[in-house]
Amino acid sequence: MAIKTPIYMDNHATTPMDPRVFEAMKPWFLETFGNAASRTHAYGWQAEAAVEDARDTIADLIGAKTGKEIVFTSGATESNNLALKGVAEYYASKGNHIITTVIEHKAVLDSCKRLQKQGCDVTYLPVGTDGIVDPDDVKKAITDKTVLVSVMLANNEVGTIQPIGEIGKITRERGVLLHCDAVQGVGKTPFDVTEMNVDLASITAHKMYGPKGVGALYVRRSKPRVRLVAQMDGGGHERGMRSGTLNVTGIVGFEKACKIMKEEGKADHERILGMRERLHKAINAKLDEVILNGHAEKRLAGNLNVSFSFVEGEGLMMAIKDVAVSSGSACTSASLEPSYVLRAMGLDEELAHSSIRFGIGRFNTDEEIDFVADLVTGKVQKLRDMSPLYEMHKEGIDLKSIQWAAH
Amino acid sequence: MAYSEKVIEHYENPRNVGTLDKESESVGTGLVGAPACGDVMRLQIQVSDEGVIEDAKFKTFGCGSAIASSSLATEWIKGKSIDEAYELKNSQIAEELNLPPVKIHCSVLAEDAIKSAIEDFKKKRAAKQALAADGESAKAQG
Repeated sequence: MAIKTPIYMDNHATTPMDPRVFEAMKPWFLETFGNAASRTHAYGWQAEAAVEDARDTIADLIGAKTGKEIVFTSGATESNNLALKGVAEYYASKGNHIITTVIEHKAVLDSCKRLQKQGCDVTYLPVGTDGIVDPDDVKKAITDKTVLVSVMLANNEVGTIQPIGEIGKITRERGVLLHCDAVQGVGKTPFDVTEMNVDLASITAHKMYGPKGVGALYVRRSKPRVRLVAQMDGGGHERGMRSGTLNVTGIVGFEKACKIMKEEGKADHERILGMRERLHKAINAKLDEVILNGHAEKRLAGNLNVSFSFVEGEGLMMAIKDVAVSSGSACTSASLEPSYVLRAMGLDEELAHSSIRFGIGRFNTDEEIDFVADLVTGKVQKLRDMSPLYEMHKEGIDLKSIQWAAH
Repeated sequence: MAYSEKVIEHYENPRNVGTLDKESESVGTGLVGAPACGDVMRLQIQVSDEGVIEDAKFKTFGCGSAIASSSLATEWIKGKSIDEAYELKNSQIAEELNLPPVKIHCSVLAEDAIKSAIEDFKKKRAAKQALAADGESAKAQG
């Protein structure tokens, strides 16, 4: 089969929609378009029934007790904002301390920053060189003012999977709420809010082959019952936690995506892991000085984040434009600072500049992996031939011994 | 980010990639930038007795704009006198390559690399002349 370029290998950014999801959504654009909040006619009832089914399916996928614990949102950014700000506001009389990690998504970190401006204390826990937070650090950081701990399930850059179960034991024992940004991991790594004692969880459809623009926040209803203050005022939808007419079409797609994940997630995992190993091996077979970023095993199957030493990431991406990937290089952002996640893991800045994230997904094939491996290794070799750093390295010069002028 | 056609053209067909003998008396080497900042340029010039740049080579670690800026810089300074080359401004490179504001620093680095290579060459030439003068005066005294 001919390969169509550019090959999409950026599945942490978003995933292509599964055609089965699209088929499920179709009737909900034109035929069954009712407002799920309309209680007076069949259009509304039909939409409401579909939404309630979706709640149950999503609850089932993450081990929640009931669909009533699912609050629909516009996506994970909103879910994270609602969890952090909503909980901080509701529990303000109980305490004002929040614990999170330095490698969270900006939707969590920037929500925390805003809360700090409003008088909250936030502890940002470090991670090890493998990108994993130590549950002991969580334990030590908890004070009698702590109301919430927020730790992601899997990191979006390096795919590292956090010990949520262990953290959940600690937070439950200490009577502190646990929020988990589970966006990257749901369906891809074991996640069960009941087993792991998670009280709030953010998820989104478009990272699991569903549509963009729809997500959910799991809010535990018992033991403990989690309360939060709505951050959007209006018609009091979603039991007063999130006003706004529901995106019924999107929710139907979200449900279908969850059903497929439930049924095929394991098989996907095996196949995707096989492709990642195939790519990693092919790269290592042809290139020296390639560094794997993040934990070797405790990572998402589809994530391969590597630094090609002596080659700059953006320059490399320009050479491999037949594959869509992303880089932790500064040049890909407006800030000129390389990835805060890689730096938090203690990676040298030059290696952060040299990092490429391959995000392999359900619709990639072995043929694509082989094509990408050949393309990448060839271009890295070409760029290394152009790199003064590689030449110096080959001459045995220790690059760290040179006094570089910062600019 | 979308690159200009000229950046892409230089990136895909870089001019004058390579290495000159940095120990040679007629070669000046400029090494600027820092790996931690994401770009390092090494630009080398080979200068004739008359002070004309006969050859120029570069190697660059950096993004497409950095590679294109150094490629263009070597192309432009070849055949120029070192005094003319010293006058080359980063704005000329930025303009020729249509660099967006966020990439202007790539052209600044290329200008720095040219100046640094010329200064290195001048230092070598001065040291050589001083040595020759010493030899002359030693001969005169002897």
